[in-house]
Amino acid sequence: MPRIRLENLVKRYGDFEVLHGINLEMEENEFTVFVGPSGCGKTTTLRMIAGLETVSDGEIYIGDRPVSQLEPKARDLAMVFQDYALYPHMNVAKNMSFALRLQRRPRKEIDEKVGLVAEMLGLTKFLHRKPGELSGGQRQRVAMGRALARDAGTFLFDEPLSNLDAKLRCQMRAELAIMRQKVRKNMIYVTHDQIEAMTLGDRIVVMNGGYIQQQGTPEELFKQPANKFVAGFLGSPPMNFLGAKIQDLGGQVFVSGDGFEVALPEERASVALGHSASSVILGIRPSDLHFSPHAPDHEAIDLKVIVSEYIGAQSVLLCNCGAQKIEVELKSETPIALGETLRFAVNREAIHLFDSETEVAIG
Amino acid sequence: MILALLYPIGYMIYASFLDWSPSQRIGQAEFIGIRNYINLLGDAAFRESFWVTIRFAAIVVTLEMIVGVGLAMLLDRNIRGMVLLRTVFILPMMIAPIVVGLMWRYMFHPTVGIFNRMLKSFGFEGIPWLADSTWAFIAIVIADVWQWTPFIFILALAATQSLPRSALEAAEIDGANEWQKIVMIKLPLMMPVLIVTLMLRLIDVFKVLEVILVLTNGGPGLSTEILALRIFRTAQEFQELGEAAAMSNMLLMMLMVLTIGMFVYNRVKEAHVAQRRAVIEKDND
Repeated sequence: MPRIRLENLVKRYGDFEVLHGINLEMEENEFTVFVGPSGCGKTTTLRMIAGLETVSDGEIYIGDRPVSQLEPKARDLAMVFQDYALYPHMNVAKNMSFALRLQRRPRKEIDEKVGLVAEMLGLTKFLHRKPGELSGGQRQRVAMGRALARDAGTFLFDEPLSNLDAKLRCQMRAELAIMRQKVRKNMIYVTHDQIEAMTLGDRIVVMNGGYIQQQGTPEELFKQPANKFVAGFLGSPPMNFLGAKIQDLGGQVFVSGDGFEVALPEERASVALGHSASSVILGIRPSDLHFSPHAPDHEAIDLKVIVSEYIGAQSVLLCNCGAQKIEVELKSETPIALGETLRFAVNREAIHLFDSETEVAIG
Repeated sequence: MILALLYPIGYMIYASFLDWSPSQRIGQAEFIGIRNYINLLGDAAFRESFWVTIRFAAIVVTLEMIVGVGLAMLLDRNIRGMVLLRTVFILPMMIAPIVVGLMWRYMFHPTVGIFNRMLKSFGFEGIPWLADSTWAFIAIVIADVWQWTPFIFILALAATQSLPRSALEAAEIDGANEWQKIVMIKLPLMMPVLIVTLMLRLIDVFKVLEVILVLTNGGPGLSTEILALRIFRTAQEFQELGEAAAMSNMLLMMLMVLTIGMFVYNRVKEAHVAQRRAVIEKDND
C-alpha cells in the first residue's frame, strides 16, 4: 500500500491558524499514531487526510498522487469514527456492505466479504440487527468491520475507543493489535491516550498546539524525548520535573536543586557543562527512582512522603523534594509511614535535562 | 374538556339527521333519519365535489412534499445569507388565507394580472386562469402549493439538520455522491418526520376553504368546488343545514380514517420494535 506524505500542511479557520505546517512521512503499511492533548490538531490533520476538512495550504500525497483537492471517495480510504457513525436504518450486514454496494460489486462477492469480516470480528450472529440493538462494543466492531470490508488502501481511526468504558477499551485495544497483525495496510490512528499510542503504534507522532513535537518509534520517544512536553506526555505515572542547576564541583559535575544533588555520569557531564545556561530542568521518570536506604549520597535523593496511593502491587507516592513535588513508585508491601523521609537511588543513565527557557532536551 | 370536544361533534351528528333550515330552531326541525346521507350519495354534484377534493389533495400534497423536501435538501448548507433566505421562504405561511386568495386572484387576472401580462410581453396569448375549468384547478393548486410548501420545507429542514453528521461523513468516505447520500441516508432517516408531516398536511388540505372561495368560489361549474366549500355553500346559499352537517360528517370520517391510519402506522411500528427487542433479549440470555 502506498506511502503517505504530508507537506507543509496548514489549516486556518478564518484568520486563526490551527495547524502550522505539518511535515510528515509515513512508510508503507505503517501503523502511525497521532497523539496529543485536546485541541492539538491531531483530529484536524486526520480529517484533512480523509478529505472531510479542506486544506488551507500545503499538500497531501498518497503514493505520488497529490490528493488535497480530491473528494474523500477518490482517496481510497476507510475511516472509523469516534461515535462509530453507523447508518442507523441499516442492519449490520447492510452497514458493512454499503461501500461495496455503491461500487456495484457482484452480490456474491459482497456476501462473501461481509461474511468473512463478520466472522473475523465475531459479528456473524448480529448481521441482521440494527445499530440501535447492539451494545457499545458491538457497534465499535461493526464500525471496524465496515472499514475492513471496504478493502481500502488506508485506514483512518479517529479516537475509536474513547466512547467505551475502561475494561472494554482494554479488550478492544488488544483486538485491534491482533487485527493489526492480520491486516497489513496503512493505518493512521488518532488518540489522546498515550497507552493506546505506545501499545499500537509503529510510529508515534506527538502533537501539541498545531505543531509536531516529535515523531519516532514508541521506544525512541520514551527514551529520548526531544522536549519537556513529549517527556511529560508519554509514560504513566508521568515524568517528574525539577528546577535545577549544573555545577562543576572539583572534577565531578552535579545537577542540583532544592533538596537534591546528583552526580551526572561522565558522558552526560561534558554536554551539560557545554550548555550555555546554567539553569535547567531535570526530568526523571518514577520508574527510574528505586527505594534504597543505603545508596551513596551523590547517586540518591531524599524524599518526604506526603500521599501514598495504593493501586495494587505498586503504590504511587507523592513526595516533597525540598519545596517541589515528585512522584515515585514503590512496592506496596514496603513498610513506610506518611511524613517519613526515604532515600531513593537515581538511575543516573535515565536522567533527562531540558533547557529551562526553550524546554528542548539537552544532550 | 371532553364535553367541549364532544358537544359540537354530537350536535353536528344530531343535526345531520334533520331537515333543518336556518329559519327554524333546532327543536322545530323534522327528523328524517339517514335520508340526508342517502341524498348525498345520490347527488352527482356532491360526488363530483368529493372527487375534486381527493384529486386536489393528492396533487397538492404530492407537489408540496417534493418541492418542500427538495428545497430543504438544497438549502441545508451554510452559505452567507441563508438565514434571510429561509425566513423569506416561510413568509407565505404567515399570510392570512383570505389575503392569499385576493393576492392570487389579482395575479391571475386575465388582463391586469402579472402572469398574463408577462405571457403577452413574451408574445404568447393570455391564459384564462380562472375562467377555464382545467386552468382554474391548476390555479388553485399553484396558490395552495405556494402557501403551504414552506410548512413542509421548515419541518424537512429541521429534520435534515438533526441528522447525524458523522454518518453522512462516513457515507462520503464510503463513496456516496450527493444524490446517493440523499436517497440512501438522508431520506430514510428523515422518514418518520416526513410521514407525520404528510399526515398533518393531508388532514389540513381537506379543510382548505378561504383561498379557493376567494379565487374561484368553486367555479367554473364545479371544477374547483372542494368539499369544505360545498359544505359552506350548502349551509349559506341552499340553507340546508342538515345536509351540510351530513357532509361535514363525511369529511370528518375521511379525516378520521387518515388519523387512524397514522395511529395504526405508529402502533405497528412500535409493536415491530418491541418484537425485535424481545427476540434480542432472548438471544442475549
